Amino acid sequence: MNAICKVKEVVTGMWSLVVGMRVTGQNFVRPQFTVHYPRKTEGLDWEGFRGHPMLVAKPKDPTKPKCIACMLCVTSCPSGCIKVVKAKAPAPSEEEMKAYEEAKAKAEAEGQEAPKPPKGKAPKEPGKWVVNYTMCSQCGTCAEVCPVKSITYSKQVNQAGYSRKDFDAIDCLALLREQAGQAATAEKDA
Amino acid sequence: MSEVLKSLPVELIQLVVGLICLAALVGASAVLLVWMERKVAGHFQRRPGPFEVGPHGLLQTVADAAKLIGKQLATPRGADKILYWAAPFIAFLPVFVVMLPIPWGETLMALDVDLGLLLILAFSGMGVISLCLAGWGSNNKYGMLGAARAVSQSVAYEIPLLLSVLPIVFMTGSLSLSLVASVQGTWPWDWLVVRQPLAFFIYFVCAVAETNRAPFDLPEGESELTAGFHTEYSGMGFGLFFLAEYANMVVVSAVATTLFLGAWHGPGSDLLGGAVGVLWFMAKVVFLIFVMMWFRWTFPRVRFDQLLNIAWKWLIPLALINLLITAVLIPLWR
Repeated sequence: MNAICKVKEVVTGMWSLVVGMRVTGQNFVRPQFTVHYPRKTEGLDWEGFRGHPMLVAKPKDPTKPKCIACMLCVTSCPSGCIKVVKAKAPAPSEEEMKAYEEAKAKAEAEGQEAPKPPKGKAPKEPGKWVVNYTMCSQCGTCAEVCPVKSITYSKQVNQAGYSRKDFDAIDCLALLREQAGQAATAEKDA
Repeated sequence: MSEVLKSLPVELIQLVVGLICLAALVGASAVLLVWMERKVAGHFQRRPGPFEVGPHGLLQTVADAAKLIGKQLATPRGADKILYWAAPFIAFLPVFVVMLPIPWGETLMALDVDLGLLLILAFSGMGVISLCLAGWGSNNKYGMLGAARAVSQSVAYEIPLLLSVLPIVFMTGSLSLSLVASVQGTWPWDWLVVRQPLAFFIYFVCAVAETNRAPFDLPEGESELTAGFHTEYSGMGFGLFFLAEYANMVVVSAVATTLFLGAWHGPGSDLLGGAVGVLWFMAKVVFLIFVMMWFRWTFPRVRFDQLLNIAWKWLIPLALINLLITAVLIPLWR
């Protein structure tokens, strides 16, 4: 009985070798997974490609980003490469200034406390949004923590420059405006 | 001058010309085989392999050779200089001798000698000493261990190799490769493989083990992990070992083709003055090498004890039984 089991083991073992050869043989004749990159570009999946961090535009106003200048990306970036400065409040208009002057004069005449000077409400948007790509590690933390999903990745594959200065301060607000301008001209042409 | 040339025996001239042609063949086959190995490896893994250097990567081997030649020939401290540098040459030089008696075509062989098979088997044994010297001369304990394993592997598999070749010798009654080739016919059913399939199988497995190819590539595979007999070699020393390995693959496949697969026989082999026969021979050799590469990318490496068990417990008994059956049946038939 033992001998028969042994023989059976040997036979199944040898057959498994043949099956293995068949598997690799089939793989030999199947088409390749590799895309011969610069000669062919179809079949490549750009979905997951991560270039430098980039701002996402508001759907209604493509020149403005969704960003609310909460500074979460600035604090969470492990390399500290994002710099965001909140937009300043706009200067008060002429009428507001006139009304304030009048109210001030009136208050001084009556001996009451002077009213506070008009201060515009600071909009929740960034005045400056710059990323230092030479330090970015494309970890994705900034995009992950952004509460309004305002950060995405550039899909530009062929990035080249001549010096570090080409990459150490990428102005994303300017890029966004450029993109909006291009989109507008594209729409006009279409 | 012409007196000197006239007094030279014809056999000597034939030998020298043959050696020169074989040297060219070894070089050309190394270039082709390295490219083929990388392309075949790529295709088995569903990727293209080398593609940029030359059309479809054909010049890749040239680039690799140029890189190897340009490297520094460093000798490790404490290494035995003579043995260390002798080892790659001892690995490489027998290849030329071994290729002499192979019948590449009906009339195309460098040395038509009655003991061709014996010549091949004897000089294949010199590869073993080169492994030994490489490990010993390196002054490296990993190299020493790797060499010890490589030597025991080579020695263990030489026995079933000889035992699987003997039935063919019994059947044809001669050790001459050209005679064995001429005994076979044009079609596959006339080849000796149908009469000795087990011998062919054992021979092929031993051939893969003798040339240190996967799944028996412990001597080389170890070098990826720790070492192996050629750990201390870089540049051209390493290049010579691998040139020897590829040339050995060609030799072993050529012997298998001659003994079992009908050498230069094939439909239309007498056309073009025997040139088609040479093409058939080359095609069969390339096919066998392709099968060796197929084995490499299919099977995992065998462990050292499994390797020796296969040789001692399976291949030697099977080869002996095969030999016994052949030896008993032939006189009975006659």
